[in-house]
Amino acid sequence: MGKQYETVIGLEVHVELATETKIFCGCSTAFGGQPNTHTCPVCTGMPGALPVLNRQVLEYAVAVGLALNCSITRYCKFDRKNYFYPDNPQNYQISQLYLPICRGGSVEIETGEGRKSIGIHEIHMEEDAGKLIHDQWEDCSLVDYNRSGVPLLEIVSEPDMGSAEEVIAYLEKLRTILRYLGVSDCKLQEGSMRADVNLSVREAGTEGLGTRTEMKNLNSFRAISRAIRGERERQISLLEEGKEVVQETRRWDDIREESYAMRSKEDARDYRYFPDPDLVPVAISEDWLEEIRRRQPEFRTEKMARYKKEYPIPDYDIEIITASKHMADLFEETTALCGQPKKVSNWLMGETLRLLKERGMEPEDICVSPEHLAGLIRLIDEKAVNSTAAKEIFEAMFDRDVDPEQYAEEKGLKMVSDEGALRRAAEEVVAANPKSVEDYRKGREKAIGFLVGQTMKAMKGRADPGAVNRVLKELLSKK
Amino acid sequence: MKPRIDDETIEYIGILAKLELSPEEREQAKGDMGRMLDYIGKLEELDTAGIEPVSHVFTVENVFREDVVTNGDMRGDILKNAPEEKDGMFVVPKTFD
Repeated sequence: MGKQYETVIGLEVHVELATETKIFCGCSTAFGGQPNTHTCPVCTGMPGALPVLNRQVLEYAVAVGLALNCSITRYCKFDRKNYFYPDNPQNYQISQLYLPICRGGSVEIETGEGRKSIGIHEIHMEEDAGKLIHDQWEDCSLVDYNRSGVPLLEIVSEPDMGSAEEVIAYLEKLRTILRYLGVSDCKLQEGSMRADVNLSVREAGTEGLGTRTEMKNLNSFRAISRAIRGERERQISLLEEGKEVVQETRRWDDIREESYAMRSKEDARDYRYFPDPDLVPVAISEDWLEEIRRRQPEFRTEKMARYKKEYPIPDYDIEIITASKHMADLFEETTALCGQPKKVSNWLMGETLRLLKERGMEPEDICVSPEHLAGLIRLIDEKAVNSTAAKEIFEAMFDRDVDPEQYAEEKGLKMVSDEGALRRAAEEVVAANPKSVEDYRKGREKAIGFLVGQTMKAMKGRADPGAVNRVLKELLSKK
Repeated sequence: MKPRIDDETIEYIGILAKLELSPEEREQAKGDMGRMLDYIGKLEELDTAGIEPVSHVFTVENVFREDVVTNGDMRGDILKNAPEEKDGMFVVPKTFD
């Protein structure tokens, strides 16, 4: 019988804050600009440039700290972390070591194993680095500093997680909270949320910590799960072979499904931190803290409780809808416009979830506006479109938020309310299908289904099935 | 008296600063840095017990910018600082992660 091992995992999560401008200068943080068009002397590290802190970055950091039950450092400072790398034009990154903005919080997670509290060691503010692009043709690299100076929060957990499942639950919880706060869009694929996994193993039941490794380049929940399982196995194999785990940074290759040690930079990891003399300390008054606390949004747990009281929709729907702040906003705003929570919920739980899955999108990506969703519900209520047409319209709304009324008009999806046209079509169908008419009259009520179908076809689907049914029955009852 | 900067220290500082020093430069740097430390060492004669460390000589706090874009595209000027440029970017020696 082999030894049993347990995994000990702590996470360092970096999130890009959704500010308009960079942390220390008035350059735009917009994604996708031409290289180096969002740069200035400050974020390219020119001598003599003076960084000035973006107030919004500090307020976002405090809001996150409060939401994660941290204590807020009322007098905090910035420090320089020194290292040489071309993505870092100052030769130091402005970060926080000695007095980080938040300390000692916690996040409640829930997995198949039950509830658990994951400790937050600290949260600090720092600046992002530029982007290195490796030239395909020449023996050189190219640097784009548009991302240099984009504000980041680094959220450092305690080593409180023991499995990939707990890590994912923690990240999902963190992401929900950050999105509810509106401080970041938290997209792993796009790098606005990045997680580095610190992992070690130890014999089950023992107290001390084994040597840990740090894993980078994890840009999906799936990659994180696989990397955790892979690294746990790798470390256990080493120990079983009587070898030692080396403390190192490893890069996950999701295609090859394995990690490799990153080329250790020649210099020692000696960052020679010291207080940044260009930036003055930040003192947060009780009033200011209170003001930020007052602006905190309704978080998911409170929202769920309120929905249960206010809306007659199933608990399961509430659970799904509130998992995304964006979806919850869409639900509430649409309901406010049309007053029919159940119908709104049905569109979200049905077609919306189906299309999200089909397109591989997240609820945050939904572009349907409340006005248009309410408009579609009204069209259905007024029997201006039938359910097949409504689904077609919704799909167009889902893809590019079209106006349902206008779209139905353009595509000829509106039902023909002209009773005369319907009656003429029904009469023709009755005349053309004596066999079915016969069957129906002999008491085979189901035969009407065929006639309804034929009439709908003749109407090119633009008739209300109820009305078709009614007109047909009326015709068939006449001899 | 033991030199303030020994060979091992100067070697390490050289690595951190990414500087390659000739043996002569190394000796000179050792002397210079030792003298700097002696000079700064004067401060150690002061009694600083009970004094809070400061990172600033001014008692200024809370200097902020509002979150409003104030800079436009100044790529042309910024790239003038690049020893070499290509496709609107700074060219650097080939660098891996």
